[in-house]
Amino acid sequence: MKSIADIKAIRDKMQSQIVLRDNQDAEQEIRIVVGMATCGISAGARPVFNALVDEVAARNLHNVKVTRSGCLGMCKLEPIVEVHIPGEDPVTYVLVNPEKAKNIVANHIVNGNICKDYLITNN
Amino acid sequence: MRELALNILDITENSVKAKASLVTVLVQARNNTLTIRIEDDGCGMDAEFLARVTDPFTTTRTTRKVGMGIPLFKMAAEMTGGTFDIRSEKGKGTTVEATFVLDSIDRAPLGDLADTVVTLLGDDKGTEFVFDIRVDGEKFVFDTRELKKELDGVSVTEPEVLLFVRDMINENIKSIGGEKL
Ligand SMILES: Nc1ncnc2c1ncn2[C@@H]1O[C@H](COP(=O)(O)OP(=O)(O)OP(=O)(O)O)[C@@H](O)[C@H]1O
Ligand SMILES: [Mg+2]
Repeated sequence: MKSIADIKAIRDKMQSQIVLRDNQDAEQEIRIVVGMATCGISAGARPVFNALVDEVAARNLHNVKVTRSGCLGMCKLEPIVEVHIPGEDPVTYVLVNPEKAKNIVANHIVNGNICKDYLITNN
Repeated sequence: MRELALNILDITENSVKAKASLVTVLVQARNNTLTIRIEDDGCGMDAEFLARVTDPFTTTRTTRKVGMGIPLFKMAAEMTGGTFDIRSEKGKGTTVEATFVLDSIDRAPLGDLADTVVTLLGDDKGTEFVFDIRVDGEKFVFDTRELKKELDGVSVTEPEVLLFVRDMINENIKSIGGEKL
């Protein structure tokens, strides 16, 4: 069974990559924000957050950070996910589920194509 | 909410917002009672605010006029025949404790505590967490300060670290018989 001490292998691997990462411009970081207030959580924001973490890990996207925020003010449209890419306008996706979350990473973040079907105007 | 682990995420998020440096979450199943206690050292609330905090129309949010987190947690506990208690002191911290009657048909399952932890750790806002899970005589404690010590400078928010934490918590909860909750 795993214990905290078993993190050492991952740590050693990561530490060898840190030098590379420190040289990367922090301003080039892509942020994915998931609304995590009561409204978001009860609508399914937690599995969306975890699906984003899984997808970012599987694709080795080192410049992408998945973060939480409070209520984004549109409770009926939760789970809400905002994508912030440096130099571009932020994009807000509504009624997101884990499958849509994975598509957002693949299409928008990796390939640069906004997932138009998940935008607020289409809901 | 479909899972008590979602309520735990929600109430713990209040503690993070209250700028707590440490949040201790106890989940304890003994006899026919499930106790969930979330204790923080955040900004706390004054007596007047605390007295009306279980009312949905009490919130310091600006995006909407109601705050549902505490009322929902209270309802989830009381529905099972359990209890709810919240204590707070301005500048000191807050403790929220709910008990659930384990075999009540109205009790939501504990659900996915590992996903709750990943969600809390995935965006490090400077709050440390202790998860203390006890099932009958067995226990599993996860302390983010110990994890950070082992990580020696590597961020807990690294997706690979989060996946490890999720697996570790799932395995340990299973080994103490927690998945049946
Ligand atoms: N641990 C805490 N420390 C300090 N203040 C708290 C704490 N928990 C709750 N509060 C205060 O009580 C209010 C009500 O909390 P509650 O969780 O019910 O609703 P909310 O967080 O405002 O909104 P929601 O949970 O619906 O997203 C909060 O806005 C906050 O001001
Ligand atoms: Mg709340």
